[in-house]
Amino acid sequence: MSSAICRVCSVVVALYLVLSLSGCATTTTAKFTSEVPAMHSVSEFSDDERVVDIADPWERFNLNMYNFNYHFDRYFFLPVVSGYEFITPTLIQKGVTNFFSNIGEVRTFYNSLFQLKGKKALITFGRFVTNSTIGIGGLFDPATSFGLEAQSEDFGQTLGYWGVDSGPYLVVPVLGPNTLRSTGGFAVDAGIRYAIVGTIDPFENVENGNVILIGISTMEAIDMRHKQKFRYYESGYPFEYYMVRFLYNKKSELLLMK
Amino acid sequence: MKGKVKEITGELSNNLKLKAEGTDEKDSRFILQYRKDSMKHLRLAVIFWLCLVLLPAACWAADDGYGYPIPGSYEATILGTPDNLKLAPPDKISIRQLVLDVIPDIKKPDIFFYNKGLRCTLAYQDKKAPLVFLIAGTGAGDQSQDIVAMMTALYKAGYHVITLPSPTYPNFIISASDSHVPGDLTEDAADLYRVMENAWNKVKEDIEVSDFYLGGYSLGGTQAVFVAKLDEERKIFNFRKVLMVNPAVNLYNSVTRIEGLLDKIPGGPRKIGAYFNDMLAKFTEFYRRGDFIDFNDKLLYAVYKSKLFSHVEDGGLVGLSFRISSAGMIFSSDVMTNGGYVVPKNRILSATDPLGDYFLVCVHLSFINYFDEYLYPYFLKKRPGLTREEFIDSLGLKSIEGYLKSSSKFGVMTNDNDFILSPAEIDYLRQLFGEQTKVYPRGGHLGNLEYRDNMAYIIGFFK
Repeated sequence: MSSAICRVCSVVVALYLVLSLSGCATTTTAKFTSEVPAMHSVSEFSDDERVVDIADPWERFNLNMYNFNYHFDRYFFLPVVSGYEFITPTLIQKGVTNFFSNIGEVRTFYNSLFQLKGKKALITFGRFVTNSTIGIGGLFDPATSFGLEAQSEDFGQTLGYWGVDSGPYLVVPVLGPNTLRSTGGFAVDAGIRYAIVGTIDPFENVENGNVILIGISTMEAIDMRHKQKFRYYESGYPFEYYMVRFLYNKKSELLLMK
Repeated sequence: MKGKVKEITGELSNNLKLKAEGTDEKDSRFILQYRKDSMKHLRLAVIFWLCLVLLPAACWAADDGYGYPIPGSYEATILGTPDNLKLAPPDKISIRQLVLDVIPDIKKPDIFFYNKGLRCTLAYQDKKAPLVFLIAGTGAGDQSQDIVAMMTALYKAGYHVITLPSPTYPNFIISASDSHVPGDLTEDAADLYRVMENAWNKVKEDIEVSDFYLGGYSLGGTQAVFVAKLDEERKIFNFRKVLMVNPAVNLYNSVTRIEGLLDKIPGGPRKIGAYFNDMLAKFTEFYRRGDFIDFNDKLLYAVYKSKLFSHVEDGGLVGLSFRISSAGMIFSSDVMTNGGYVVPKNRILSATDPLGDYFLVCVHLSFINYFDEYLYPYFLKKRPGLTREEFIDSLGLKSIEGYLKSSSKFGVMTNDNDFILSPAEIDYLRQLFGEQTKVYPRGGHLGNLEYRDNMAYIIGFFK
């Protein structure tokens, strides 16, 4: 009985392979008969090093995601952000940005500690205390004018600090350019934050506390896009994906040195 | 690359803005934000002062009453103008982005799916005012830093402004060029003219315009006078004045000079990839050793101050950024014409096809390659009998000098050390435009565009 099933299976598989391969063959021949090689091709320049070239084993996926993000931005995210910018006075927008940056100090603080960067941790702690108090819950940023400049660390950088390889380049839905390591780091930071919020439970005695939390997260996402000036394909440059990939990777590499 | 450098420059120079300058802190979307941290400014001011002190002696010799500080031509081009030496921006600026459907029913390949039409930018006054059209330089769009700087200054001086991308900008090649092959000044002018008519039709109900003016920088400057010539026949705008900023006298000569910058890199232009990687390694090492965190002006000026790169190497970087921008032009044009130059003929590229190899090929092609293998053959087919020399001559001011001499509405502003011009060409400009020629002693190619004296000159010219 089972051998019969096996045989059926193998016939199906073989048939599928034959069909798909022949399908392939016909399409490729059709393609190749009409194509004429270009006057210049890449093999001509193999005696030189490649430029702005970053290993990208998931390039197809990444290109698809890059384009997805373009559409997501265009038809959803950016209209929401523009709406927000339209109805909110600039001063309040700044306050919102400061507020979420202040919450972000917590992440920088523990990641600085994880990387044994005492000075960064201290500055960040000082910023958090100053801005949470004098800065009225983080709505203002007096710390910067006191000479405490904003630092930035995340768990992706912590992993890098301890020698974890960056892994392949990865364009993440909505978030955009990342590496496997930075994506993992982002997830860990989100988890830690979830745990902290759960422990403190700021809306413990408030009705619909979860709704408020969701509202805050939404606001944070809007603020994040509002701060980020990058627009997919705005450069109009046909090789933008490659430039962005290069600049993102180079910048991460440099930041890891600090 | 250049865009990036410029962007970084912009940020850096904002930090350098001194308190004494009295900055307006009002919101204006397209203008970079200001930080007013006096401690930091003080520190940066000191650094900046050090930069000045450490400049080569040549700088001191040039005590000529002109305050633009960077003596080297390539260095000026890369660094631009320190923020404290720029004109203060207006409190607010009213801007509208125009997306023009210049050629209806145009067939766009999937690979350019994001291209929704030609993008231009309008800055408008609430009252009746003259309108200035501005044409961007090679490879630049309607919101490149240089053109936005000119737009902002003219807006502040009371003009409406419409910025136009360069005909060499991919967005223009794809959606506004009849042939999709940029490089011929007469045809490019006709494309530009159509865009201007289109843009004007789109806004004329909404703004009140008293007169029309025209300006452009770099290649856009050269194109501007060809557009003006076309307007003498078409008479839609009747431009009162036309200004060229750091223009090419002859397109072929200028680009050959820029390409020449790469001749001096180790191994020559064919090793442009190795050169880029070497420079990058140098910079990385510099960054690792120094105590910098942010990628901003401070870092850029520190690089400059440390003389990390030699003058020849800076020239190589300018040549390289030109190649990166022309790569976009070559690829877009080839795809649109199915020219079989870098993309196999008849290949249909989808929205997610990898393009890395094409980029590599395009970066390695010089303008001379493009000219001899693509541009000239294309026009030879169109105009049988056209010799290479005739074609080169047609790409310059000489071909229309009779017209240029016949009117006093033209003016030119450039620099003595603009490396896209030979000394003979600067003399030629003086000869051609007489009193209307302004040549500053330094600034390289557009490095001093945002310097306040230069902007004041531009505004004064249109007055």
